[in-house]
Amino acid sequence: MRKIAITKLNDLFAAIAAQQSLYLPVDTAAGAKFEQWSDGVQLSDALNTVRSPKDFFFPQSEDLMKFKTEGKKIEIIDIRDEHEDFVIFGVRACDVRAFAVLDNVFLSDPVDTYYKNRRDHGVIMSMACNKPVETCFCGTFDIDAADPEGDIVCHKTDDALYLDAKTDKGAALLESLSAITEDCDNSAVEAQKSLIKERLSKLPLATLTKDAFGEDKTQKYFDAPEWKELSEACLGCGTCTFVCPTCQCYDIRDLDNGREVLRYRCWDSCMYSEFTKMSAGQPRLTQVERFRQRFMHKLVYYPERYGGLFSCVGCGRCLAKCPIRMNIVKVMKKLGGND
Amino acid sequence: MENVKEPLIPSIGEVVDIRIDTPDIKTFRVVTPDGVKPFVHMPGQCAMLSVPGVGEGMFSITSSPTNEEFMEFSIKKCGCVTEWLHSMEVGQQITIRGPYGNAFPVDTEFAGKDMLFIAGGIGLAPLRSVINYCRHYRDRYGKIDIVYGARSKDDLVDYSEIITEWMTDEGVDVHLTIDNPQEGWDGHVGFVPNYVKELGFDTNKTAILCGPPIMIKFTLDGLMALGFEKTQVYTTLEMRMKCGIGKCGRCNVGSKYICKDGPVFRFDELDELPDEY
Amino acid sequence: MQAITREVLTAKAAALLSDGTVDRVLGWKKGEFGYDVTPGVFIDAQQIEKDFEWGDFCAPNLSKYLLAETKKTGAKVLVFLKPCDTYSFNQLLTEHRFDREKVYVVGIPCEGMLSENLIKAKAEGIASVTDNGDTVTIATLYDGDITVPRNELLPDRCINCKSKKHVAYDELLGDEGEVIDSARFDEVERIEKMTPDERFEFWQGELSRCIRCNACRDVCPACTCEKCVFDNPKSGIESKAPSDSFEEKMFHIIRAFHVAGRCTDCGECSRVCPQNIPLHLLNRKFIKDFDDLYGEYQAGEEVGSRAPLVNFDFDDAEPAEAMERGEGDA
Repeated sequence: MRKIAITKLNDLFAAIAAQQSLYLPVDTAAGAKFEQWSDGVQLSDALNTVRSPKDFFFPQSEDLMKFKTEGKKIEIIDIRDEHEDFVIFGVRACDVRAFAVLDNVFLSDPVDTYYKNRRDHGVIMSMACNKPVETCFCGTFDIDAADPEGDIVCHKTDDALYLDAKTDKGAALLESLSAITEDCDNSAVEAQKSLIKERLSKLPLATLTKDAFGEDKTQKYFDAPEWKELSEACLGCGTCTFVCPTCQCYDIRDLDNGREVLRYRCWDSCMYSEFTKMSAGQPRLTQVERFRQRFMHKLVYYPERYGGLFSCVGCGRCLAKCPIRMNIVKVMKKLGGND
Repeated sequence: MENVKEPLIPSIGEVVDIRIDTPDIKTFRVVTPDGVKPFVHMPGQCAMLSVPGVGEGMFSITSSPTNEEFMEFSIKKCGCVTEWLHSMEVGQQITIRGPYGNAFPVDTEFAGKDMLFIAGGIGLAPLRSVINYCRHYRDRYGKIDIVYGARSKDDLVDYSEIITEWMTDEGVDVHLTIDNPQEGWDGHVGFVPNYVKELGFDTNKTAILCGPPIMIKFTLDGLMALGFEKTQVYTTLEMRMKCGIGKCGRCNVGSKYICKDGPVFRFDELDELPDEY
Repeated sequence: MQAITREVLTAKAAALLSDGTVDRVLGWKKGEFGYDVTPGVFIDAQQIEKDFEWGDFCAPNLSKYLLAETKKTGAKVLVFLKPCDTYSFNQLLTEHRFDREKVYVVGIPCEGMLSENLIKAKAEGIASVTDNGDTVTIATLYDGDITVPRNELLPDRCINCKSKKHVAYDELLGDEGEVIDSARFDEVERIEKMTPDERFEFWQGELSRCIRCNACRDVCPACTCEKCVFDNPKSGIESKAPSDSFEEKMFHIIRAFHVAGRCTDCGECSRVCPQNIPLHLLNRKFIKDFDDLYGEYQAGEEVGSRAPLVNFDFDDAEPAEAMERGEGDA
């Protein structure tokens, strides 16, 4: 384990940025967001960013390929390029787990090379959460905010930042920072972890469990009468899906500028009325079915497909951002009988 | 990066023949620019065809894998992409990627069985691949029955192939029907589900259904009434698809992605899925 | 602090349910943390007693829900409307969006709704929020109690409230208020005074955060098209994400044009924006321009009123006037 004085954080950022692009949470008038570090940029103290870091690997809009047509002929232009190396600093435990949720989808056969390209070149420096808030419930999904996953795990105390490499990628980066960091034991980090654990245990959602959900629960919940009431105020917007660090549905679209055709993909939402609409019909006619799909996918379908892993990480963004404040916690409590 | 295969990047296909099947269905023959078959597939699998600038769509591969020269797609005009495809002329290039999805278990569960194919309208498109596969490897299967219906005689897809090839095969019985009487038609008149009941097949068969949802529903009911088990009956599903590789989420039903885990399902497997397809 | 209590509302709802005036109630449901209320329909007194919420966080404007509610069979639906919500209600009636006969409106006074964002900017980790009248005490998870002036927790739309008067109701609870000569156009004037480059940069900065979630459109009581042009594959501009920075601006600008003259300035668009974009300023610019060019007009003030853009008057501004204004900017 290595450490660096809090007063020297900017030296650490400068040393990383000298090697590769460094992104970290910074404060803006509209809340914290990930921005590229350059001299003078200050690390945010906010618990988490308004927008999740999924954009680093699965951006909202991404160019896939181009086409040129001439008469009856088509030329396909592969516009993929090797991504440059980059570091994301300050990713919270929930958001790190979200990358694992995305990995299951994008890295399973056949591998999505756009995603993999970014993923291979990114190093995750995660950060334990000293002050989790009332909307946090990562513990529900066995995520430890005191001890996140990541290539390098960081703990911040009043006077120092502690760094612990967990992967080869992380070890290589940390090794390159040895001149400005110093070796240390884990006593300060252990004390910090105990403090965080105690705080986590007192959060209002600390007792929420996922036990009522997971594999083989389709029959139990699919026709539950509660969906109607839960979804009655849903506007059918895409806020929950777009602020969610694990939602990965996308659309593929073509943009024809007259000279060439750009094929790009962009985030899509199962909450949208035309998501499953075909010329032949529409299997999800009302918002009740669309609403149900999103939560069944997070709590039942995804765990069933991917070995029990849930596709909610308890980050709380949808709790804070849904225009009508309906969310997965309310759904779990109502359906799971803890209402 | 350019050397790594990206599943979303298609290849070029050239349309070398266009056959007008019905007033709203055409069959397109596709090869690579070098004149060969785009890729190898199994009956029931699909491919993503696209017209750059218009869009991409998932279509059943209508031709049999035993055809090693080209691929065929029977496509009904019903949206932006299909309208464009219908306006094409021979020699037009499109893009193609695949094959996608599972296939009918032609070499395993179907082997040695009597086969009963039941199709309505454009529903024949995915079945034509299996039917011709079974006809090609005739000795691997028992008796073949084909029940096919459409609104009118003019709406029967592949009519000439049915008359000249399927009907003349030994051990293949073709039962055609149209919804309403029509001049020049001396065959059966009536809906497919009723015709299936009238024909009253013995239950020692594997059945494959494809057609409009309402036809599937009543035909399945009819087969159940005749004593068929759901484990003997297969169908192929249609959902909106974009990626074709089980990622974009659009065709997700329960824990399955229709594009990847389907489109072929046995009816007892469908009972496990939420009723949303 | 709100002028009337939750108990006054629940008693009224229970009474109207029991005498058969209505068979369901459109109101707000309690959340997990006190501040996260959800619009909802209540069908009996028991449910109302358990889940009904009224207080500083009942911001959602319920009028748009009447489109779906009035299509249901049965008796009337009771809806609780705050003064600004009643303007949306009237505007929807002006546009023949629902049947007035199927609704029983109970007007309720409003002292402004607190902003969750502003509270969270003051304190991290909210245990509870208590309204003391002029001040609000936020009990926090880590920093004890924080007491701040209530005004500091009000969003722009409530600080610059345009009216405490209900323009529609069947019955009113509490005292009626007045139309307010608010400073709601001050921020618009500040942006008008920018140079075109500054203004472009301002909106570029704000709108570049847009994630095209459509929450602003879907919550907007003026956005009631059965099929929005941005959802229609045949429109040619159907899109879920901006394909370039030009398009993301166009979404909001086209939407502002479409609701121009019909927007009542309820401010729901800015409340729901997950990226905190002050979208209501675009609409206010239109309202201010209409006031300047055609005389003061408030959408939703009266049912059936003709908005300046759909009315003709010999005193109407000539197109040249708009051109001149544009030149003045450049």
